[in-house]
Amino acid sequence: MTAAAPRTVRSLLLLAPLLVFLLAFFVWPLFSMMSQSVSDTAVLRLLPRSAEVLAGWDRTSPPTLPMQQALMEDLRAVDDDQALGDMVRRLNSARSGFRTLMGKTTSALGDTDNPPADLVSIDKRWGKPEFWLAIADALSPLTDRNLLAALDLGRNAAGEIEHLPADQSVNSVILVRTFWIAALVTFFCAAIGYPYAIIAASLSGWKRDLMLAAVLLPLWTSLLVRTAAWFILLQEQGLINDLLRWLRLIDAPLPLIFNRTGVIIAMTHVLLPFMVLPIYSVLITIPKNLMPAAASLGAPPLRAFLRVLLPLSLRGVASGGLLVFISAIGYYITPALIGGPGDQMISSIIAFYATGSANWGMAGALGVVLLVATLLLYSVYARLSADEPGRR
Amino acid sequence: MPMKLAKTAFATLTILFLVAPLIAILPLAFTSSVILTYPVPSWSMRWFHELFFADAWRRAIVNSLIVGTGTTVLATALGTAASLGLRNRVVLFRGAVRTLFLLPMVVPAVVLGVGMQVLLARFGLTNSYMGVIIAHTVVAVPFVVVSVTGALAGIDERVELAAESLGAAPATVFRRVTLPLAMPGVLSGAVLAFATSLDEVVLTLFVAGPNQRTLARQMFSSIRENISPAIAAAAFLFIAATLLIGLAVVLSRSVLAKRR
Repeated sequence: MTAAAPRTVRSLLLLAPLLVFLLAFFVWPLFSMMSQSVSDTAVLRLLPRSAEVLAGWDRTSPPTLPMQQALMEDLRAVDDDQALGDMVRRLNSARSGFRTLMGKTTSALGDTDNPPADLVSIDKRWGKPEFWLAIADALSPLTDRNLLAALDLGRNAAGEIEHLPADQSVNSVILVRTFWIAALVTFFCAAIGYPYAIIAASLSGWKRDLMLAAVLLPLWTSLLVRTAAWFILLQEQGLINDLLRWLRLIDAPLPLIFNRTGVIIAMTHVLLPFMVLPIYSVLITIPKNLMPAAASLGAPPLRAFLRVLLPLSLRGVASGGLLVFISAIGYYITPALIGGPGDQMISSIIAFYATGSANWGMAGALGVVLLVATLLLYSVYARLSADEPGRR
Repeated sequence: MPMKLAKTAFATLTILFLVAPLIAILPLAFTSSVILTYPVPSWSMRWFHELFFADAWRRAIVNSLIVGTGTTVLATALGTAASLGLRNRVVLFRGAVRTLFLLPMVVPAVVLGVGMQVLLARFGLTNSYMGVIIAHTVVAVPFVVVSVTGALAGIDERVELAAESLGAAPATVFRRVTLPLAMPGVLSGAVLAFATSLDEVVLTLFVAGPNQRTLARQMFSSIRENISPAIAAAAFLFIAATLLIGLAVVLSRSVLAKRR
């Protein structure tokens, strides 16, 4: 062994605790969220005997007596009402009518005085293959319905992927809205942050310090405090409306809160530092004499900017823009507190599915969509900032 | 010059946009009214009284201190050790490991929250302080890693080699040379970890029970359900604490720098 070996062992021992911690409490949660989105055991868990019998069914002929008996046995064995409810909900979403059918069936099976001979005698619908087909399809422990539903897609009776009807297409609206709000916020951050960074980089002394401190102070301040501050400023009796009325610009208060305007203003304020700082760090590496040189060669200011400063600083704008966009698509707190029902972004919908309706499959599927989008954008950002010249 | 005037006006307006909201909220902490609007009818300390003596707020403050302290200790210990391990260039997949350490900063909090709730339920850690501390540590640890890695990168390795060549054992080199030099990074990492925990809402919403309501969580539901000037008082405390901690970091750095 070389002399470096004990050092390497020591380094690995130092790395191990955090590595294990993050694998257990960061990677594993993300994986269990992903597996929630494709797992579909609500039916299989309760119907193990039916699963065995249905495996040998040809999917078209009328249900045989062993199939019916297996299902009856399974249903008699269910003692968990919540699990039963989950299963019925799952089956009903595949084929409507299951809710009443199951209710009727379970109460008939509970009648021990005159036990039914088979399921068809309880309800004629049990004689139809469609209902058995729905059960057979729901018995697979893996499903892509949640992931497809997250993109407003579904499978038709033949198993082909198709768009869901318009009245069920809520998720694409939310996704488009999320990306639209994030794009608007990124645009406003760039429109304010880029000139701000150029001015700050062109100054020196206390003026530059002041401009940087004005960016860093909100960055260090609690997100909740900033959101609360905007809540107070934007409300109907808030300072902004008071000021505008005092200036006689408006007569009636403007609706600034619980709508899109408020969300954009507050998110732009929160994310502006993430735009200014990367642009600034690129700008200060550009030699100061380039712009005067362009001017002395006869370029008017606009042309000098377009041909010299803009190409050199574009990398900063791109990484700032990506940083803002990545943060914006995952935003939860600001839209939840400042926005109205029409401004909720994908995170709010995930939180609703998870905590509001305990639909872990849909929460996981939308989470996967958000996670994939974030990680893709982050890999672009990481590449952009990794091969930045002049940086370690 | 009109160009210069336009620049000054733009810079002033943007500074106003960035800082004014934070200043505007401060006087409302001392209002005697029950609503959060200007003009303030008269000054009073009633909302600070509410903050420290009303049951919900007082418990939230205590919980934030418990969770924040636990997170700071855990994140600083894990993050500092891992940063020391990352110094060794021989370690395989060093880049991938570093990316993994920083990734919790990138992953949207709600996504992590959903996964965390499922997983902690499996371990029986939901509605416990340990669960909240673990969740906060996951998102706080990248700040410690960034901060300590930065400090370690600034250390001249020849200093450590010199100590070693003078006969110091590896443990002594670490205790007497490496750690003191990296201390500013460790300290600011710890402060950032505490601040992250203090401000964390989303994961807390998912993993904490009613008994672990933190101050940030309490502020979130208070803004959402019944906003009162107690929010402004809490904001005042947050901003004052931010300035104090910032000052403490700057001072401790200059003290440590002078001692060298």
